[in-house]
Amino acid sequence: MKRDVEIEINGETYARTIDPRMLLSDFIRHEARLTGTHVGCEHGICGACTIQLDGEPVRSCTMLAAQAEGHRVRTVEALAAGSGGELHPLQQAFHEAHGLQCGFCTPGFLMTLEPLVARGEALDREQIRGEISGNLCRCTSYQQIVDAVVLAIERHGGE
Amino acid sequence: MKPPPFEYRDPETLEETLALLAEHGDDAKILAGGQSLIPLLNFRLARPEVLVDINRVRPLAGIDDRPEGLRIGAATRQSALERSSQVAAQQPLLAEVIRYVAHAQIRNRGTVGGSLAHADPAAELPVAMTALDASLIASSGRGERRIAAEEFFVSHLTTVLEDDEVLIAVDVPRAPAGTRVAFEEFARRHGDYALGGAAVVLTADAAGACSRARVTLLAAGDVPVRAHAAEKLLVGAVVDAAVAREAAAAAVRDIEPVGDGHGDGDYRSSVIEAMCDRAIARAAAPGEGKKA
Ligand SMILES: Cc1cc2nc3c(=O)[nH]c(=O)nc-3n(C[C@H](O)[C@H](O)[C@H](O)COP(=O)(O)OP(=O)(O)OC[C@H]3O[C@@H](n4cnc5c(N)ncnc54)[C@H](O)[C@@H]3O)c2cc1C
Ligand code: FES
Ligand code: FES
Repeated sequence: MKRDVEIEINGETYARTIDPRMLLSDFIRHEARLTGTHVGCEHGICGACTIQLDGEPVRSCTMLAAQAEGHRVRTVEALAAGSGGELHPLQQAFHEAHGLQCGFCTPGFLMTLEPLVARGEALDREQIRGEISGNLCRCTSYQQIVDAVVLAIERHGGE
Repeated sequence: MKPPPFEYRDPETLEETLALLAEHGDDAKILAGGQSLIPLLNFRLARPEVLVDINRVRPLAGIDDRPEGLRIGAATRQSALERSSQVAAQQPLLAEVIRYVAHAQIRNRGTVGGSLAHADPAAELPVAMTALDASLIASSGRGERRIAAEEFFVSHLTTVLEDDEVLIAVDVPRAPAGTRVAFEEFARRHGDYALGGAAVVLTADAAGACSRARVTLLAAGDVPVRAHAAEKLLVGAVVDAAVAREAAAAAVRDIEPVGDGHGDGDYRSSVIEAMCDRAIARAAAPGEGKKA
């Protein structure tokens, strides 16, 4: 049985009629056409599909789209949109510190890390590694990702 | 990697939930955090006809501080347990183990009850709840029942819950004065299911001797394993390094962990013994194990 849903993504409401088995990741990509959210493993392991639900990072591949009704979904597209079209400071830090190569994993890392940086948490390198343990990157060996977060935290603190 | 078709129901009350479960029996499956169930659906390893989502049943989530201890609603997010000051103050073992459960993004969705009902022998919460003598409250159209954690787990991914029952809460009793706790596990990568581990709860009498002990092992069998032999050695002893070593050796004498690509059975057994030794030593050392 199909179901009518209204899902808020980045402040916009998407009203659609969907099959309840549709994953939130597929709703975001195929219905809302926001393809910044990437899908790697589709079983909760890789973190590429990480979005924020009511401000908290969650996997969008282990949630049904219908479960997001009544909640606020935020995807990577919101970052630059919230910075007037410029790169968000965290994205800028990833850019400068070479925190990405192919970029497939990057949206997931950004959505995981953004609330931590925004809260002004003073994390050391070890703690940063703990925070990104749920995101896999096959290119960077993580060094530059950690560098990027260190840079973003420094700049945030210095503001 | 997409879920098979199912009928989706998201009731807002416990009564509706129980009615749906009574109606659909084993064709229905409860969806809580979805962090184990949705991957199983995506792999098509589970094909329920009806999915009963309990996320909109508000009274199932929350932590209640009662005179006898904490009542943790089944649908309480694992991250809420992690952040709870009541849990940190009253049940430091839970505060300690929760950080080992998966990753932050998964704990933001995964629930306490889901982890218990999923009954993975390598999961931390079942092992901790068994060590803490917690009891699980199950509800159905037939009424409510209370099940001791130790009786709850039947085998790998199987519990005593009937098809029409939903887990509604876990009661974690207050620990007696003089109780200290510790948890240790070894995983290849932080957040992965561990190769082995142990939870230890020790109560010392005024003279410093151990008056009560609970030792439970992670990934040691098809359910959380209570190490009675180790507990016997600990009770009555002043627990020092030698006693800890002896008790850890006793703990693993009768277990037969199953080997896999991450390590064979013997290796896993030595991992569990080492974790058990460390946890006992830490729980016994003044200023080391966390006071409960
Ligand atoms: C990458 C990854 C790593 C993980 N690592 C770990 C780890 O290291 N340690 C660990 O412990 N867990 C780990 N998990 C599992 C995670 O903790 C799950 O959240 C948990 O096992 C299930 O909880 P849930 O709320 O998501 O339940 P769901 O996935 O919704 O449900 C799981 C099962 O429990 C049943 N169920 C759920 N709630 C109830 C209820 N109230 N009453 C009756 N039945 C119910 C469901 O029907 C289903 O059969 C990991 C998961 C992933 C994806
Ligand atoms: S695609 Fe969701 S965790 Fe890999
Ligand atoms: S940059 Fe390629 S996977 Fe991370």
